[in-house]
Amino acid sequence: MKTKQNLLAHIDWLLLLLYASLVIFGWCNIYAVGYEKTLDQSLFDFSSSSGKQFTWIVITVLACFVTFFFDIRSYQSLAYVIYIFGILLLLSPLFMGAGTGGHKAWLWLGGQGQPSEFAKLACALAMAKYLDENNMPLARLKPQLVLWTIILVPVAIILLQGDVGSGLVFSAFVIVLYREGLPAWFIVLGLFMVILSVLILLVPHLYLIIGTVSLALVLIGLARKSLKRIILIILLTLSTLALIEGFHLVFEKVLKPHQQNRIKALVDPNIDPLGIGWNVTQSKIAIGSGGLWGKGYLQGTQTKYGFVPEQRTDFIFCTIGEEHGWIGSLLVIVAFLGLILRILYLAERQKLRFARVYGYSVAAVFFFHFMINIGMTIGLMPVIGIPLPFISYGGSSMLSFSLMLSILLKLDSERKEHRSWQQISH
Amino acid sequence: MKLRRSHIIQATVLLIGTIFLARLLFIQVLSEEYALAAEKNIVQPVVEYPYRGVIYDRHGELLVCNTPIYDLMVIPKEVKRLDIQAFCQDFKLCAATFAHSLTKAKAYSYVKPSVFIKNICEEQWASIQDRLSEYPGFFVQVRTVRQYPLPILANTFGYIGEINPQQLAADTVGYYAQGDMVGISGLEKMYEEALRGQRGVRYKVSDARGIVKGSFKEGALDQASTPGQNLKTTIDRALQVYGERLMEGKLGSIVAIDPQTGEVLALVSSPTYDPNLLAGGDFSKHFGALEQESCAPLFHRPIMAMYPPGSIFKLNQALIALQEKVLRMSTAYACDKRLLNCHPHPSPLRLKDALKYSCNPYFYHVFRNIIGAQVSTNAYETTRIGLEKWCGYLKSWGLGRPLGIDLPGEKSGCVPDSQFYDKWYGKGRWKTSTIRSLDIGQGELLITPLQMANFAAVVANSGYYHTPHLVKQIGEEPALPKEEGKHELVIDNEHFEFIADAMQESVEGGTSWRARTKGIVICAKTGTVENLHGPDHAVCIAFSPRENPKIAIAVYVENAGWGSRAAASIAGLLIEQHIKGEITRPWLENYVLKGDFFH
Repeated sequence: MKTKQNLLAHIDWLLLLLYASLVIFGWCNIYAVGYEKTLDQSLFDFSSSSGKQFTWIVITVLACFVTFFFDIRSYQSLAYVIYIFGILLLLSPLFMGAGTGGHKAWLWLGGQGQPSEFAKLACALAMAKYLDENNMPLARLKPQLVLWTIILVPVAIILLQGDVGSGLVFSAFVIVLYREGLPAWFIVLGLFMVILSVLILLVPHLYLIIGTVSLALVLIGLARKSLKRIILIILLTLSTLALIEGFHLVFEKVLKPHQQNRIKALVDPNIDPLGIGWNVTQSKIAIGSGGLWGKGYLQGTQTKYGFVPEQRTDFIFCTIGEEHGWIGSLLVIVAFLGLILRILYLAERQKLRFARVYGYSVAAVFFFHFMINIGMTIGLMPVIGIPLPFISYGGSSMLSFSLMLSILLKLDSERKEHRSWQQISH
Repeated sequence: MKLRRSHIIQATVLLIGTIFLARLLFIQVLSEEYALAAEKNIVQPVVEYPYRGVIYDRHGELLVCNTPIYDLMVIPKEVKRLDIQAFCQDFKLCAATFAHSLTKAKAYSYVKPSVFIKNICEEQWASIQDRLSEYPGFFVQVRTVRQYPLPILANTFGYIGEINPQQLAADTVGYYAQGDMVGISGLEKMYEEALRGQRGVRYKVSDARGIVKGSFKEGALDQASTPGQNLKTTIDRALQVYGERLMEGKLGSIVAIDPQTGEVLALVSSPTYDPNLLAGGDFSKHFGALEQESCAPLFHRPIMAMYPPGSIFKLNQALIALQEKVLRMSTAYACDKRLLNCHPHPSPLRLKDALKYSCNPYFYHVFRNIIGAQVSTNAYETTRIGLEKWCGYLKSWGLGRPLGIDLPGEKSGCVPDSQFYDKWYGKGRWKTSTIRSLDIGQGELLITPLQMANFAAVVANSGYYHTPHLVKQIGEEPALPKEEGKHELVIDNEHFEFIADAMQESVEGGTSWRARTKGIVICAKTGTVENLHGPDHAVCIAFSPRENPKIAIAVYVENAGWGSRAAASIAGLLIEQHIKGEITRPWLENYVLKGDFFH
């Protein structure tokens, strides 16, 4: 058994510092959301959000501390077990009965926990374990199939439970696969599909077809009479047109108008001016009114007077933007960039593939949450209800994000031992 | 290869962060739009209504004031630990009403205030004021309404009501908003701009549900309201009260004017109503009832009712004839009852006696002389030219057009000119005999009681009048420049002296004897106006004293029969009241008060 001093000996203090500052800042921010001048609550008032969040922070710190006592090999050997457990946890609401309002995932732990949060961690461990054990290029079909299965099984369950946002988070793992050698055309194709679906939702059907055909004609003109290229362009155009037509058919014939609008509102919030559109407009107003220096801590009006919905959770960045202005937003964004880049740096310096893949997974998940959450509050990303790590109110996200980070810190702190251990095992 | 991919990933992360910062820079620092929208979200202007100006009589007695009425408001969310039984006892409610009102309030909004009990009067409010703090969630909102210490001058003051869409559209400076209260009629309408004052505004900060959270920027942008200006009227409260009392049970008008200034001393419209009925909560109920009444209490008779003047018009005829030199003071005519019906009196007689005894046939000749002067060989043409001349005189002393009193809705009356008769009978188809009923003030000629009183003032002043008006002072400023309102007539002074002599004699020994009052020189002329629809109307114009006149008066009592009885008595009593300040003939007062000519 190692001593406590040894446990923390090689820890990456910069990452820990960034983490701690985000958590503390987030907690003060949750206090600001619920703050009312007349009530004079304390930060630790357990009936308030900030008080409850404090309880969760304490639990989280204890849980993270516990992870340091496990040998890193146990994470590797238990990865699949943890994955299976994660899947079972996801399925548990189905066994325990119907949930409320479509969000069955909220049932767990009396409405406090979300199994999907834990599933990300489990999925990351399983991927890392698989790639570590099967040292083959990702260009081949078999590893791709296995990895897609690992990712898509929890996604399918989460989507079935109606939580689209949490399901989409798993697409972040594409970044990990790309780093590990997934052919680049996967990414290109993926981006192409994303852009195409946005266009299908935004541009009228006929214009899109005319645009595609004219683009094809221009490209053929540029192909300098190379028959091979022309055939390729024609094939691509035809498949694009088939895609557009297919999508259009499903969208118009299968979906009901209100469902169509919900999907359209993802790319154009103004389609639903009193629902999603309202949220985005008010969110932009709140952030935009912050100015350069902000209105000052606890001085926000838009966020305090209930103009912005989902204040403590998905739209928490509004409070930051309003009360701390552009400077405050800058500091938070720089802190997140620092956190993500530091994780990427740590991941790159791992000698063990398991640790590297896991590190990239953590960075990818954080990045996806950061990008979607802040992006939606300023009207750059679709409104997908996922929390901002360490800042949004909520126990289970705080716990699972912190656990992901603490396991990475543990792996990193023993990377030298990995090498020796790896050398021995080889 | 792998190294490059890790760099691409890092670059992507940095790119997204940079895009976010650029976007934030735009919406937070570079664009004003969002800051303005945020202000619009939370800042609500709350209008502060000014105190409406009050109205005094000429001696500074209060006639119109403001009084608070209280609405009990409730915010359902804040109602806690309510002792319903005690509450109902305090506010004199039954449990069912209480439950109903609370349900209604909750249905409107759980968090916003709504009216729980409307129109709590001041006395009830005083009795429950102290205990209100025991009922959290309930509070009182004060409104002010008009209050009238005495139930007089209802139509003169007019009433206040919610602004209508037309008035709102006509308000080009954008002062009013929907739901504002404005003067709808009477002085309230005429002096709206002075009375209303200047509205103030307070900027409140409220949350997304509209709940007020405090004042914006500590009230730095707030503007206090300026109270409206008070009006000092020309009304003599004692005279007005007495006039309304004398007119009780009668239909008609009294107009009393100070001839030297044009100030209206009393303006009685009968029947009238208690103006307090149209102030406060039950406006529509009372207004509907008043509108339904057959005797039209909302009709402001002194300025809106148009009557044939009857015999008082003989004064006008005499003046015109004298000025035109178509009649001499010494001209005598016999009372030939074949020409016109008359009452017993000495005959033949000269002009002064004809006026004193109000001889009808005499004035048949007078009118004939005026419009029948041989200016043309054509009888029709002669009449036309004569009538135009006659009309010119009447219009110059304010008949046939509004006098310009400071009240809305003043009627012009009707002075029939040649165009009028052309339209009526056809061009060249009417002559003197056709229009002869004009000679004793009957027929198509219509005059308002205000115009009659104004004519009395003209005679009192021997040839001029000041535009009659009701307001002396707006705030501290005089309301009407004195010279601008003075109108001189183109009739020689001596003729007025003669007419005044005749009026004095009429009181001292003629038809107007009931106006006679010991110790005061009164000049008067009565009239009995033929009425096709019922008993004749009684009319009297008078002024007093002869020298340096203090009051000119017109009394018109519908269906009161012989003019000397009701009208001359009332005129005499009012003159005595005004000049002596007391009534020395209680028997006459009783006689008038008992007279009930309602039909």
